Amino acid sequence: MRHPNDLKYTESHEWIRTEKDGTLTVGITDHAQDALGDLVFIELPELGRKLAAEEACAVVESVKAASDVYAPVAGEVVAVNSAVADAPGDLNKDPYASWLFRIKPAAGLAPAGLLDAAAYEEGLA
Amino acid sequence: MHRTPLHCAHCAAGARLVDFAGWEMPLHYGSQIEEHHAVRRDAGMFDTSHMLAIDVEGPGARDFLRGALANDVARLREPGKALYSCMLNEAGGVLDDLIAYFLREDLFRVIVNAGTAEKDLRWLQGLRATGITLRPRRDLAMIAVQGPRAREKTWQALPELKNASEPLGTFFGAQAGDAFIARTGYTGEDGFELLVPAPRAVAIWNSLAGAGVHPCGLGARDTLRLEAGMNLYGQDMDESVTPLESGLAWSVMLEGTRDFVGKPALLAQTPARKLTGLVLSGGGVLRGQQKVRTAHGAGEITSGGFAPTLGKSIALARLPAGTAPGATVQVAVRDRMLDALVAKPPFVRRGKSLLPNS
Repeated sequence: MRHPNDLKYTESHEWIRTEKDGTLTVGITDHAQDALGDLVFIELPELGRKLAAEEACAVVESVKAASDVYAPVAGEVVAVNSAVADAPGDLNKDPYASWLFRIKPAAGLAPAGLLDAAAYEEGLA
Repeated sequence: MHRTPLHCAHCAAGARLVDFAGWEMPLHYGSQIEEHHAVRRDAGMFDTSHMLAIDVEGPGARDFLRGALANDVARLREPGKALYSCMLNEAGGVLDDLIAYFLREDLFRVIVNAGTAEKDLRWLQGLRATGITLRPRRDLAMIAVQGPRAREKTWQALPELKNASEPLGTFFGAQAGDAFIARTGYTGEDGFELLVPAPRAVAIWNSLAGAGVHPCGLGARDTLRLEAGMNLYGQDMDESVTPLESGLAWSVMLEGTRDFVGKPALLAQTPARKLTGLVLSGGGVLRGQQKVRTAHGAGEITSGGFAPTLGKSIALARLPAGTAPGATVQVAVRDRMLDALVAKPPFVRRGKSLLPNS
């Protein structure tokens, strides 16, 4: 399982990348896609939707189960990856290229309680 | 947990193992969807050794099964012919579904589900069994080889089985040396089910793999049988429902004077519910236990999932009897109500979609 060092992680198995403009790109981890199995349906949040921290805002459904994806911080959805919704299996192949949505944190907020790769993997053990 | 004779072969092939009815079985070997497509387009194989073959031996074998099963083994005239049937309790509830093979007048073989095997054996032993012996065949391993190229690849891997199996029609089986080979399956594709002595199972499995037959797990087995409109015991039916409420009226022989366990209950029943199919109109995934709203009342999905051959979600659902194919119903999927179309299963057969307007 691959959990790159340049990303942050949540205990609910999202990965987060901070972009140069301060927005956060969110996906699900290699561990999550492996545990879910082949993904068959992805529902993304609407552009412009205002999210509370830890609000369920996307759904990934595999052959086995449906799973919520949570906002890592309060903010607004500024981009969604509709390509991955059209081909959910791509997420199994490369969970870090297959981002789900991008969030602009509400003014003055920084995501709290994120894990680095080592801490995330420790939580999996 | 029980393990089949093929357990080590699964581990070596990198299987993700799960508990299924007390058996440690492969869920998939990497990608469930690729395994599904392998069976629809080429050839795949499943370890089904968790299921149990029970030999019913003795001069009274046919009469015994005529009284024990809802379908009538009197229909089996040619040696090797197989029959699908439910076994019922007195209330008409489904104890199990099974395949019965007529091998000789004094030898029938029934193959029952893993989770119900011990219960079935006790039940059969409890019926007044005169002139027969029930012999559970845990000494046999079972491998299902399924797909449009299953037969040719089986013969390539196991040429010694070709003479016995080439003439077999659908739903016939034959003994070939110490193996039993039948043209049956649970996928909606052509293929064979093999029963072989357990010590030879790994060598046979590896020969099939060498001929390019893809190992497939229970995940693909479930989506294949769902597309083929085949019930799964414990999910689509159990002791609380009758075959008439489970889409299985075709397998019940009510005509004539033959008596069988559960017959009076079935004759007295006017089913208010039936098992039928659903196709989800938009995105999302239908799953078991989701509630269904119809013009005739409420129902429930018994099995649902994503159908890889169709690229959409399908389900089997128990709905009010008045619900007709073509009707639109609403399914509670997570926090919303989604439209689904009622469609008579099967959804896929021999690699092709059977959906209207597909």
